[in-house]
Amino acid sequence: MERPLTQYIHPGCPPFDIREYEMTGGYSALRKALSSMTPKEVQDLVKDSGLKGRGGAGFSTGIKWSVVPMGEDAPRLKYLIANADEMEPGTFKDRLLLEGNPHQLIEGMILAAFAIQAEESFIFLRWAYKKAAQLLRKSIHEAYKAGFLGKNILDSGFSLEMHLHTGVGRYMCGEETALLNALEGKRATPRAKPPYPQISGLYGKPTIVNNVETLCNIPHIVNNGVEWFKGLSNSEDSGTKLYGVSGKVNNPGCWELPMGVTIRELIEEHAGGMKNGYQLKGVLPGGASTDFLTAEHLDIKMDFASVQKAGSRLGTGTMVVMDDATCPVGFVHNLQHFFAQESCGWCTPCREGLPWVEKMLLSLEQGSGTAADMELLEMHTHMLGPGNTFCALAPGAMEPLQSALKYFKDDFEKHISLHKCPYE
Amino acid sequence: MSTIVIDNKSYEVKQGKNLLEACLGLGIDLPYFCWHPALGSVGACRQCAVKVYKDEHDTHGKLMMSCMENIKDGLRVSVADKAAQAFRSQVIEWLMTNHPHDCPVCDEGGSCHLQDMTVMTGHDYRRYHFKKRTYNNQYLGPFIHHEMNRCIQCYRCVRYYHDYAGGKDLNVFAAHNHVYFGREQDGVLQSPFSGNLAEICPTGVFTDKTLREHYTRKWDLTTAPSVCQHCSLGCNTIAGERYGQLRCITNRFNSQVNGYFLCDRGRFGYEFVNSENRITQPLIRNQAVEAVDETTLMGHMRKLMTDHTLIGIGSPRASIESNVALMQLVGKENFYQGVSDNVRFIEKRIVEVLQTGVVKTASLQDIQQADAILILGEDIWNTAPVMALAVRQSVLKTAAHHALKHNTGIPTWHDAAVQELVQEEKGFLANCTITASPIDEISSCIAHNAPDDLARLGFAVAHQLNGSLPRVLVDEDTLAEVIDIAVFLQQAKRPVIISGTSCYNEALIRAAYDIAVACKTPDKEVRLAYVMPECNSMGLAMMQAPSFETAVLRATREKNITAIILENDLYRNAPAMVADLFFNSVQHCIVLDSLNNLTTQQADILMPAATFAEGDGTLVNYEGRAQRFFRVFMPGQATIQESWKWLLKLQALRTGVLNEGELHPEDVLKQAEQLLPQFAGISASAPHHDFRINGQALPREPHRYSGRTAMLSNLAVSEPKPKQDNDSPFTFTMEGYSGMPPSPLIPFFWSPGWNSIQAVNKYQQEPGGSLKNEQAGIHLFKYNPHAVPVYFKDIPEAFMIRNDRWLLFPQYHVLGSEELSAYSKGVRELSPETYVAMSASDMARHGLTNEHVVTIKVFEQNWDLPVKADSSLPNGLVLIPAGLHGMAVPNWNAYVIIMKGNR
Repeated sequence: MERPLTQYIHPGCPPFDIREYEMTGGYSALRKALSSMTPKEVQDLVKDSGLKGRGGAGFSTGIKWSVVPMGEDAPRLKYLIANADEMEPGTFKDRLLLEGNPHQLIEGMILAAFAIQAEESFIFLRWAYKKAAQLLRKSIHEAYKAGFLGKNILDSGFSLEMHLHTGVGRYMCGEETALLNALEGKRATPRAKPPYPQISGLYGKPTIVNNVETLCNIPHIVNNGVEWFKGLSNSEDSGTKLYGVSGKVNNPGCWELPMGVTIRELIEEHAGGMKNGYQLKGVLPGGASTDFLTAEHLDIKMDFASVQKAGSRLGTGTMVVMDDATCPVGFVHNLQHFFAQESCGWCTPCREGLPWVEKMLLSLEQGSGTAADMELLEMHTHMLGPGNTFCALAPGAMEPLQSALKYFKDDFEKHISLHKCPYE
Repeated sequence: MSTIVIDNKSYEVKQGKNLLEACLGLGIDLPYFCWHPALGSVGACRQCAVKVYKDEHDTHGKLMMSCMENIKDGLRVSVADKAAQAFRSQVIEWLMTNHPHDCPVCDEGGSCHLQDMTVMTGHDYRRYHFKKRTYNNQYLGPFIHHEMNRCIQCYRCVRYYHDYAGGKDLNVFAAHNHVYFGREQDGVLQSPFSGNLAEICPTGVFTDKTLREHYTRKWDLTTAPSVCQHCSLGCNTIAGERYGQLRCITNRFNSQVNGYFLCDRGRFGYEFVNSENRITQPLIRNQAVEAVDETTLMGHMRKLMTDHTLIGIGSPRASIESNVALMQLVGKENFYQGVSDNVRFIEKRIVEVLQTGVVKTASLQDIQQADAILILGEDIWNTAPVMALAVRQSVLKTAAHHALKHNTGIPTWHDAAVQELVQEEKGFLANCTITASPIDEISSCIAHNAPDDLARLGFAVAHQLNGSLPRVLVDEDTLAEVIDIAVFLQQAKRPVIISGTSCYNEALIRAAYDIAVACKTPDKEVRLAYVMPECNSMGLAMMQAPSFETAVLRATREKNITAIILENDLYRNAPAMVADLFFNSVQHCIVLDSLNNLTTQQADILMPAATFAEGDGTLVNYEGRAQRFFRVFMPGQATIQESWKWLLKLQALRTGVLNEGELHPEDVLKQAEQLLPQFAGISASAPHHDFRINGQALPREPHRYSGRTAMLSNLAVSEPKPKQDNDSPFTFTMEGYSGMPPSPLIPFFWSPGWNSIQAVNKYQQEPGGSLKNEQAGIHLFKYNPHAVPVYFKDIPEAFMIRNDRWLLFPQYHVLGSEELSAYSKGVRELSPETYVAMSASDMARHGLTNEHVVTIKVFEQNWDLPVKADSSLPNGLVLIPAGLHGMAVPNWNAYVIIMKGNR
């Protein structure tokens, strides 16, 4: 089983420096692309590979790139941004790549920048990833020294600058347009789309924002080709995926596996099954903003289409397992507390709706909830749906709530009838 | 035009608009908060949701925000859709979760957009039963009251203050449901356009603090359409009264003049009307009982009117009616302007230039739409603030237009996307003034020079545009600027050249004209604007009378002169020496004015004049636009009358001919037309006093006006007979025609369900567009496309720095430099202290620091003033603040000696 992204990552050991990285084939994809491929060819290759964004939305990376204006008349500068603001609760896959092989990301970024002919690139890094910041700074410096960054890279005529930007800890910055505003020094509120960042992004110029994991795939696709990439997967979606499991399992962690392993495989084989005395009650398959799945869904394949069909989303591919000793109301309240706090305050439904939801869940958990609260929670899951809010934060927040109301309704009702939390 | 379907009905609507605008334009009520016609769309509040359908087979539809939906042919939407209605009502419920529901004690109550929208959506019972979040309020200065708990986070305040008006000290802080709109810390709002927050805010977060001191609900105000008295722009206002007190000024939308916004001087400068310093009774000085009634006064006057040579001193702040009545009383040859010779000389040139009809004048709307602007000399930020706001819009709009040319697909109404695309780019603005102003930060080309050098720069631009004009020798840096300016003016389709009187330099007026003429080509619309000192300076200047100094000269030579001074504190328009000489020379002095001042102290006879709020009149603004202001209320004392009424009475005494029936404002204006052909058409600037709709007059009071039987019950229990107004189509009651009056006669904006100022939508042809049947006054300067331009060409010498002398100029201040507004408590509070500004290097050369006091000597006058460094001021010039209350007027544009004083 190939693990192209994590092959050289050994947790606990320092990552490869540029020499080691090059010795194991690093920057060969960059040399290849710059010497023998046109930007259009790189774009097409990535499009043909079927690579989908690993940040959660699962949109085709190649198609995303293809919208960027190309040619002489295209507005300048163009920007390529790595979204390394990994803040989805339960998600820690990008951290593995950032700390484990920073040059892989840098090479992926240079290739992506080449494909869209960007002159400037940024890594927008979560503030708390201090170690990653340190490693990235060192690696960017090495790449500049080696001539992979800066003017006229490898004599190809292509130039690229790269900057590391550390955020200040707002979940909102993971949304690509809010990230752009934050990068410009403005409030981290999302922007209306259209116009999409490819047309008017950072400083109003064409911009691509890609997830760290997405970008790390690029060198391997360039080196090994479309067929190889498709062959890595055992589902319709190409490539491998970094999957994670957290919760009361024996061996929580993060693994690179073929796209489309089942939830059961992940939990039982890789995470070592539930801890003694705990039963699986539900699973958030792709992070905190995805719908619950339950024990009956364990054989669902973890790819974009299959999870969607089961009523949830692959999201970031890092799942949170809820066990039978955890109160679903308390669990969901905890999530809503997070989302309410991280709302940027721009649009009414999210700013005012989420704190209301949070308060109702707390009052349910404390035993003072009423049947009317249940109706209001239900109402919010509809009213805060996609399209009604300015961005996807609140609709994402409603996903665990609406599925909890569906699958764990008894638990909610017991809180009302017992006037206390039955899990206490 | 596009055909769209709303609730199964087809409509033809304009392209390039969004769906919300289209719906409002069609009269379909859709609630909104974050959108504003002047600010565009950002899609934040989610209040204007409608259902949008893919095609006629789509029965499901999708909720979309109408403010973010571009109009395209075949668009199918439903406003009435149940889900859309439920969502809109839900948005209100959310907004209301933390709202204090303090309408009964809220200043916005009754004119609150949030109230209107709440009722419109149908939301009633609240289901949120948790604690509300609360905020601390801030002290924001004397004009704006802050009450953050009422905030519904629509972001309009910061979008207006920051983006539209360029203010920096009001911001949005914090996040999620703790978003806070205010300053970094308590303190006075720095923007001179802060008062508009009270109208931009859809609820009671930012309210008029001066109104709070004598609060009245909108529905309890007696209001009339008015025109601002505090500069030459002629912004349209609504003035409101109760209990004989003027209570507030609000904006009166007019697409040609001020649009949606006023400056703080205009909005808060009204308190002089209520001042304790008002003259309320006629006085005959030097007799045992000075205060007299009208009959006694007139008896006394009879002799004066017939036995003496009468001369009249007109006023740039009195109406055309009053100035013309004075001219008629004393005779054309005995009428003087009441402004100093140097000002009259410049103003005469301006009138001359505009009367040629070669170049069109620029309205504030034209300035907003300009694609390149050159400001030559005038400090418009301080002398004509709303013009500075218009200039800012031109700079932003031009940049947006430029950016959008390359990025089709982003509609112009999409404010957030447009700003994102535009970034720091700016349309062309050259600001060439004596010293720095806040306009510099949006200018692409900045020059700070002595006025003569600015004029030379202007002539150099004219030469650059038309090589046949004389060359001007300028240094290399200036030449680069000159070429830059000329290139942009040449490329522009709608360039505007702005100058004015505040530099006391006539060459600037000629230079501005030469530039305008030189860049005129058949395919472009060049416009010219000259800012004047006061609200009716243009009207007075058009009367083409001699200056005050000429009157002084005559008074010293002739005996037996009785001077009638109309609403003019001559000590503000001439050095004290000159004014003193005048008063010592005339035999009798009759003064008509509303407030006591140095001139009224010199009066032998004082006649109480009505202010703009108590009388009717017409003002001619800087572009030659004659606009009527209407009496808001009858003054408490019958002895307070419009000056023109007093003067008509004096004329009757003089001629012995009693007027057959009363003369109305339009009759006086008709006389003006006969007397002075340049005023042709002015009597049509507003409908006449006998104008009626369906036989009905127009009420000044809204139909909800309350308390009229109780208001004066402490005096008499029976309701007093309403006062009569024979001079205008308005009544002092709530009875009369209740529909929409013609635009010059709109006393208040109200429409069923729309109690706030947002009701303006209903009066417009389309949201943000012109008023229905808009008539924005009468233009007195007629453009003549066939006029043959004549260039001036004579170029002043370059300014020479003198070793021992400095050239003195005024530094204007939005708050403090204007006479009447300085009576407002807040304006006085924010007026600057006196100072003299010098360039830093001049100060260093003379061993001066910011701690020194210097003595300025002009002729025989001395001023002791603290000195301060102005890093943008050219060497050899000094500035002292203009028009500050209680500060004597020096000779501007004169050389002064400066003596170092103590630290």
